[in-house]
Amino acid sequence: MSWKILRQITKAGIRTEPAPYYSDSASEEMGRIQTDVLAILGRALTIRLVDAGSCNGCELEINALGNPYYNIEGLGIKFVASPRHADMLLVTGPVSRNMVTALERTFAAIPAPKLVVALGDCACDGGIFGESYASAGRVSNVIPVDLVISGCPPPPLEILRGILAAVQRRG
Amino acid sequence: MKISGLNVELQQMAAPVPIWFARIALADWLTAARAVREAGGRLLALWGVTPPAAPASVCAAYVTLEGLLWFELPLAAGVNYYPDLVPFFPVAARMQRAAADLSGIHAEAATDQRPWLNHGAWPVDFFPLAQAAVQATQEFPDARLLDYPFVRVEGDGVHEIAVGPVHAGIIEPGHFRFSVVGEKVLRLEQRLGYTHKGIEQRMTQLEPLQAHRLAGRVSGDSTVAYAWAYCMALESAAGAEIPIRAAYLRALLLERERIANHLGDLGALGNDAAFAFGLAQFSRLREDWQRVSKQVFGHRLLMDCVAPGGVASDLGAGQVDLLLRQCDAIEGEVQSLRTIYEEHAGLQDRFMGAGRVSPALAAQLGLTGLAGRASAQAWDLRCDHPWLPYDQLAVKMATHRNGDIAARASVRFDELTESLRLIRGILAELPAGPIRHRLLLPEQATRGAGWVEGWRGEIFVALELNAATSAQRIRRCHLHDPSWQNWPVLEHAVMDNIVPDFPLINKSFNLSYSGQDL
Repeated sequence: MSWKILRQITKAGIRTEPAPYYSDSASEEMGRIQTDVLAILGRALTIRLVDAGSCNGCELEINALGNPYYNIEGLGIKFVASPRHADMLLVTGPVSRNMVTALERTFAAIPAPKLVVALGDCACDGGIFGESYASAGRVSNVIPVDLVISGCPPPPLEILRGILAAVQRRG
Repeated sequence: MKISGLNVELQQMAAPVPIWFARIALADWLTAARAVREAGGRLLALWGVTPPAAPASVCAAYVTLEGLLWFELPLAAGVNYYPDLVPFFPVAARMQRAAADLSGIHAEAATDQRPWLNHGAWPVDFFPLAQAAVQATQEFPDARLLDYPFVRVEGDGVHEIAVGPVHAGIIEPGHFRFSVVGEKVLRLEQRLGYTHKGIEQRMTQLEPLQAHRLAGRVSGDSTVAYAWAYCMALESAAGAEIPIRAAYLRALLLERERIANHLGDLGALGNDAAFAFGLAQFSRLREDWQRVSKQVFGHRLLMDCVAPGGVASDLGAGQVDLLLRQCDAIEGEVQSLRTIYEEHAGLQDRFMGAGRVSPALAAQLGLTGLAGRASAQAWDLRCDHPWLPYDQLAVKMATHRNGDIAARASVRFDELTESLRLIRGILAELPAGPIRHRLLLPEQATRGAGWVEGWRGEIFVALELNAATSAQRIRRCHLHDPSWQNWPVLEHAVMDNIVPDFPLINKSFNLSYSGQDL
């Protein structure tokens, strides 16, 4: 059994690099992001995600950050289960009115300085869903936002860039 | 077509799959439900049609061997109730509660009348789908989210575990209330609706030729299936056909979406059983897959690739080879990984027997899609009512009888392999020609329907258009996700299992919150 696992691991190799179909500068960029995270924070960055009403497209791309290509934990960035452990709140979706209270409470639970990044077109400006009886629209209508990352959904590398830009801005 | 015991004439709609429509009388509403139940059919969807200043009605869509039956029951003036379908189809319960919240029409004497999508953010007497199309403001500053009367389990040592709406991982919001004794789950009650963002009202504010973008964002993981179902409904309403090449390209996109999701789920299933190797390998394959999607179709999740009248873009030179090469590469890797998964004692120990849904329970509750097929509900629209190009491909259905996590993983492996075969077939037979016809909207008021087998299960779209003289062209658009069927079954699947197995059982269904919350 275990030799099959080892063989598969060896065969796949270390993929924490750009795939052939992606921008050639991606590899350098990943290295720079890691250096920047260390330079700015001097430690790991912990993030709490709140889906405030998204279509789940943004969640798929955030999850992709964990795959071996982006290897976000290798960069020292970790998604945590509790807002009390988080440096940053990452919010997706237009904020549904049913999620307003949960989002406000999560924001309250994050320790200062409460970095907030709104991720995806819906979180930036309400997106295609807009504002209605059920949708409060953009995240900044509900809690203060430091930085927005546009895209529907933004690809993983854009998410990484945005997270870092938010950290730099506060740094 | 006629149904035994029913005095209605069904009209077949213009659509590539068999869909029949009939307006029926009050007396026939329950007769129809009984006839469908006795013939072994299922309730697919239930929704209200309550445009302002027009008579209200309630609609039900049933799946039978002959195809899909769409019944509309007009309600008399001043009547806001209709006969309860729960005695025939338990799955009706939440759909009826949602129709009550959105349209203000109620199932008469239904046992459970708790609000479902309305958590208190808007008044109980405000029905969003009965409002004039564009309202200046729909804010209710005095509205307060309300406590939900969960069913309490009494007894020695019973306690509750409340989880959500914000969950520990990178997933959508919802609330789970477990009643447990020690580690054993006695009962799970879900409360969903947290991501309700008014999609069906928003639909009526969009142009029909633009609304496929919103349909493609009902559940992001099923964007191709939703966009196709919406476009099929619009093309059906317009009586239009799409180019043959476009049909092939839509199926190519749909199978690519299925594979992307199965790759993701198989990795996550390994991870939730503490087999991180599985996640690392499958998430790598999924990333490879998404990057080629970006390169060939312009979007990593294939959003907005299906468009009214056809598809948005064609394959470029050399891209057929690229897609074929990737199928070969992925297939070899998935086969190696399948062997590892199946021979791994620790993994199989977690998978086997956990979260079991017996075939009998699955049939009673209407379990559908891939979870249904893992519990011997042998139904796949691509096989049972194949439309172009599936009628040329002889899709092989994947089924299993055990109904546990292992069965749902096995069905995913089988479907993944089959989708790779389908992609090869599609690319081999891909006809030349245009990829999109200009779609002309009909002048008169009309209706259409779309029905597509997405990776999770059947996506259904019912569309009603107003006449061209109306400023608001979409009168009503109902979008149905298979998660409506499968969420209630998850409550049963987790009974008598231990709490730590819940994340794994949940992942093995991988249901959409956004798709059912709308």
